[in-house]
Amino acid sequence: MTTQQAHAIQVRGVEKAYKELQVLRGVDFTVTRGSIFALLGSNGAGKTTLVKILSTLLKADAGTVRVNGFDVATQAADVRESISLTGQFAAVDEILSGRENLVLVARLRHLKDPGRIADDLLARFSLTDAGARKVATYSGGMRRRLDIAMSLIGNPPIVFLDEPTTGLDPQARIEVWQAVKELAAQGTTVLLTTQYLDEAEQLADRIAILHEGRILVNGTLDELKQLLPPAKVEYVEKQPTLEDIFLTLVGADGKNGDAGKDPISARK
Amino acid sequence: MNKHFFGDTTVLLGRSLRHITRSVDTIVTTAVMPIAMMLMFVYVFGGAIDTGSDSYVNYLLPGILLITVASGIAYTAFRLFTDMQGGIFERFQSMPIARSSVLWAHVLTSLVANLISLVVVVLVALLMGFRSGAGVLAWLSVAGILILFTLALTWIAVIPGLTAKSVDGASAFSYPLIFLPFLSSAFVPTDTMPGPLRVFAEHQPVTSIVNAVRNLFAEQPVGTDIWIALAWCVGILVVAYVFAMNTYRRKIS
Repeated sequence: MTTQQAHAIQVRGVEKAYKELQVLRGVDFTVTRGSIFALLGSNGAGKTTLVKILSTLLKADAGTVRVNGFDVATQAADVRESISLTGQFAAVDEILSGRENLVLVARLRHLKDPGRIADDLLARFSLTDAGARKVATYSGGMRRRLDIAMSLIGNPPIVFLDEPTTGLDPQARIEVWQAVKELAAQGTTVLLTTQYLDEAEQLADRIAILHEGRILVNGTLDELKQLLPPAKVEYVEKQPTLEDIFLTLVGADGKNGDAGKDPISARK
Repeated sequence: MNKHFFGDTTVLLGRSLRHITRSVDTIVTTAVMPIAMMLMFVYVFGGAIDTGSDSYVNYLLPGILLITVASGIAYTAFRLFTDMQGGIFERFQSMPIARSSVLWAHVLTSLVANLISLVVVVLVALLMGFRSGAGVLAWLSVAGILILFTLALTWIAVIPGLTAKSVDGASAFSYPLIFLPFLSSAFVPTDTMPGPLRVFAEHQPVTSIVNAVRNLFAEQPVGTDIWIALAWCVGILVVAYVFAMNTYRRKIS
């Protein structure tokens, strides 16, 4: 029981295939409560499939998943009470205003005073001025911020962010990173997927690399840096090389949270 | 049934009704095509068509109303498809809500939108000289049949809305439904049609529905037509509902 309490997410031997295509081939990992866990992988690695299983949108073919202590297969309703999902594409209603989007989600979470909740979140995510405007007029970064704000309604203890910064400009990425950091600071468990190495480095307490349906490595950034075994270089020939360059560039002045711009300044 | 079903459906219905009020064009365009058809048939072809009734617009309106519904539900499929694509559908599904309320909200919205379009078409028909001495009960019966017909077609529309790969695919299914009234008693009496076509026309759902509505408007006895019409509507409704719900369950599990 104590391990269940300590782990916000437990994934054991999860497999999933779409017809012939084996997407997940036995995935195991755990996420400690209140930490940020990054699932790193290239396109098609199975990140989104895994997140969908964790958030009860898909059923696994094999294995067990416990989220907040609840089994996703048999206690889906309890899992849904404990989580919120921010999908790969901003799940906002374009035709409604930002405030209406927030009120909608607050109502669907059966909370009291949805209007106040909406106003609080608009303020927290610097969207108060845009609150009454249709979301269709929002920039990519504003849309993502609203998307994340919608996910925080009802203070779910566990938040899934599927590629939260894909397609965002550097400024918007930093805004999103800031939001995620604040979230974790308040004790929320965050599982995020990303294909950006610097993003995982910036945010995550632990990083797992998902490749061809399996977790290749799982550890803190320092632990991962010590890996890079030569045997692996052959296997994913380009990636470790690129990763090295990227980590060197970003790691140098990544502390100031301006990583998006660093490669350029470093080159000068 | 989930304890939140009615509450969640109401909230989601409010959402999609807001979509409608913010894109009134979808209701207008739904009504424009049937109105154009009505104008063309009444003023261009109508004079040459012998229906045995005094006023062709009176004869034509029931069929036009069905075409209105058939073109209106394309937007139902479109709205559902847009939700599926946009990611908001997955957000709803990952939340602790009654899952079927997502579909029901779309279905009820379709009903509201189509009823508004139908009222617009009837008003235009009145301007064109449509007259009916039908009493309240007859009008209510007409409304009831049209509501059932709309629900039946809406549940059909849910299926492509959930499964389509593209926007065009999501709405293309409505073309045959729009075309179906042409092969019925909606525009001309079936007597002049050649053998096999006539058999088809007289035994397809549109003819019995059109005849029932037409007789209700004309204060004529509805005979067995109304029961056949109701049987068709309920039958299509049940089959489409079962298929749509199965599709939905497969989609979300």
